[in-house]
Amino acid sequence: MEKILVGLKRVVDYNVRVRVKSDGSGVETAGVKMSINPFDEIALEEALQIKERGDASEVIVLSIGTSESQQQLRTGLAMGADRAILVTTDDELDPLTRARIFLEVINREQPGLVVLGKQAIDEDNSQTGQMLAAIWGRPQATFASEVKLDGDTATVTREVDAGLETIEIDLPAVVTADLRLNEPRYVKLPDIMKAKKKPLEELPLSDLAIEGAPAISSTAYEPPAVREKGIMVEDVPALIGALKDKGLA
Amino acid sequence: MTKILIIAEHDGSSMNPSTAKCVTCASGIDGATIDVLVLAADAGAVAAEAAKLNGVSRVVTIERDENAQPVAAILAPQIVAAAADYTHVFGPSTTFGKDVMPRVAALLGVNQVSDIMAVNGSHTFHRPIYAGSAVVTVQAPAGAKLVATVRTASYQSAANDGSAAIEALTVDAEIPTHTRFVGVEVSESDRPDLQTAAKVVSGGRALASEENFDLVYALADKIGAAVGATRAAVDAGYIASETQVGQTGKIIAPELYIAVGISGAIQHLTGIKDAGTIVAINKDEEAPIFEVADIGLVGDLFTVLPELTENL
Ligand SMILES: Cc1cc2nc3c(=O)[nH]c(=O)nc-3n(C[C@H](O)[C@H](O)[C@H](O)COP(=O)(O)OP(=O)(O)OC[C@H]3O[C@@H](n4cnc5c(N)ncnc54)[C@H](O)[C@@H]3O)c2cc1C
Ligand SMILES: Nc1ncnc2c1ncn2[C@@H]1O[C@H](COP(=O)(O)O)[C@@H](O)[C@H]1O
Repeated sequence: MEKILVGLKRVVDYNVRVRVKSDGSGVETAGVKMSINPFDEIALEEALQIKERGDASEVIVLSIGTSESQQQLRTGLAMGADRAILVTTDDELDPLTRARIFLEVINREQPGLVVLGKQAIDEDNSQTGQMLAAIWGRPQATFASEVKLDGDTATVTREVDAGLETIEIDLPAVVTADLRLNEPRYVKLPDIMKAKKKPLEELPLSDLAIEGAPAISSTAYEPPAVREKGIMVEDVPALIGALKDKGLA
Repeated sequence: MTKILIIAEHDGSSMNPSTAKCVTCASGIDGATIDVLVLAADAGAVAAEAAKLNGVSRVVTIERDENAQPVAAILAPQIVAAAADYTHVFGPSTTFGKDVMPRVAALLGVNQVSDIMAVNGSHTFHRPIYAGSAVVTVQAPAGAKLVATVRTASYQSAANDGSAAIEALTVDAEIPTHTRFVGVEVSESDRPDLQTAAKVVSGGRALASEENFDLVYALADKIGAAVGATRAAVDAGYIASETQVGQTGKIIAPELYIAVGISGAIQHLTGIKDAGTIVAINKDEEAPIFEVADIGLVGDLFTVLPELTENL
């Protein structure tokens, strides 16, 4: 195939301990470390490996967000993507609108495969890939832990609750990456320098004529319920005693 | 008038407990009528189970050979057709529901409320974000169909003393052939199911090998528990992937959770925050797991586990 399209979302780094703002209007994101959504790094790694095996000729990374997402796209280019597209908007978009933007880019670029993360770790929605596949009228292989390409089809192993499921899909299709699909490569300094020269196209959302979907609004944020402070026990007999007190042993 | 259609999860012969939890969630919406939809090649046994769920008015079945396996692209257009007369369509937040429900939502032209953990009204819900670091109140548009997944760990199963009518439905939907089920590899185990077990023993990276996990299995078998694991343990190949508990694994709510050699990363903790009692065994007294543990024991698992297994 010619092209693979990969989604890269800019999210709060997974190591940050996210806190709710004291006025309940959102979570504190000012000054915290931002990164590529970890599942999207895995998605990109998969696309790069497919290209390196000779099964694709170009890897395009797409992000939807403010111009700050340039940072994450540059990292994606340094990992090895060939070019980047940033659909710029200051609005927080819903998954269906994002899927419609992906579809618009697909119509322009005609990729043979689209690889997204299985979920973005900020909102934990896990919707965009499935929605994109639906409105594109193409197969979806979600939670992928192995992708084998064979001409116009792919065989994908999926991590499901029961174990590992295998499906066969016709291409083009949407694959969403799970944790064990691969291990993303580290970016080396010379690659960061080279990435600066790679093309990054900015498309204002207002130029794309995307119909917005009915959004679900977030009206209040609160910290999760905290568990009551527990006890520490000295040894195994004390542990068994504590379990007996609770009727658990 | 609120009419909720719940998409049953099943393996062809029996219903997954996640369905009974969706029913409980839906029952939290005042005045709702609740129907269950069973898509299967042969829906009989599953439909009979669903009909017993308390609170269910009607079980609707769509039987087709293509529905023998849960392929999202095949099920979604049929669900859309069946959903015409409903205001809400619910599914579980299991890998089944997470796969199919957003596809249904997109075909209906709406967004999805993922992982309902509490109901505030017919269109207002609580859901977790940032691996459970925050809980957000979401308001879905009243005029549109509402598609949602239910965080099953937040709900008890509906009782089994109902007797709903079962009706066969045929829908006019175009079934794609672009996605073909090949097979599923299920690890055979006589242990209780991780998602429904009353007791769970989980091991982390500290187990250090597949062989050492026998210590975890021994304790689990002694107390009749299911076995779970962290991502680190799964990634290292000590145990199968379906045992992973956490943000990207299973979200569980056992009465007793014993965490062995697990540090307590937020991504893991989000999977166990509804557990009744959390026991942590870790040699590092500073490990974050102790912040959430009801009973903590600082010690080396290689001496603690055998002693515990022997004396429980
Ligand atoms: C996007 C993303 C999603 C993730 N999703 C998940 C998920 O769903 N589930 C999940 O679990 N993780 C998940 N993780 C990984 C998570 O961040 C942690 O890395 C992981 O949970 C750590 O596993 P662990 O506790 O087994 O290992 P470690 O963090 O290495 O902890 C090992 C612990 O064992 C203790 N120990 C060592 N030796 C002994 C001994 N002899 N006796 C007793 N204690 C001992 C140590 O003190 C330490 O606390 C995710 C990460 C990312 C980035
Ligand atoms: N704003 C965005 N920019 C680029 N990709 C995105 C964006 N939002 C979602 N995605 C992709 O869709 C996946 C699933 O996101 P979500 O449905 O929000 O959990 C992510 O892992 C990304 O690959």
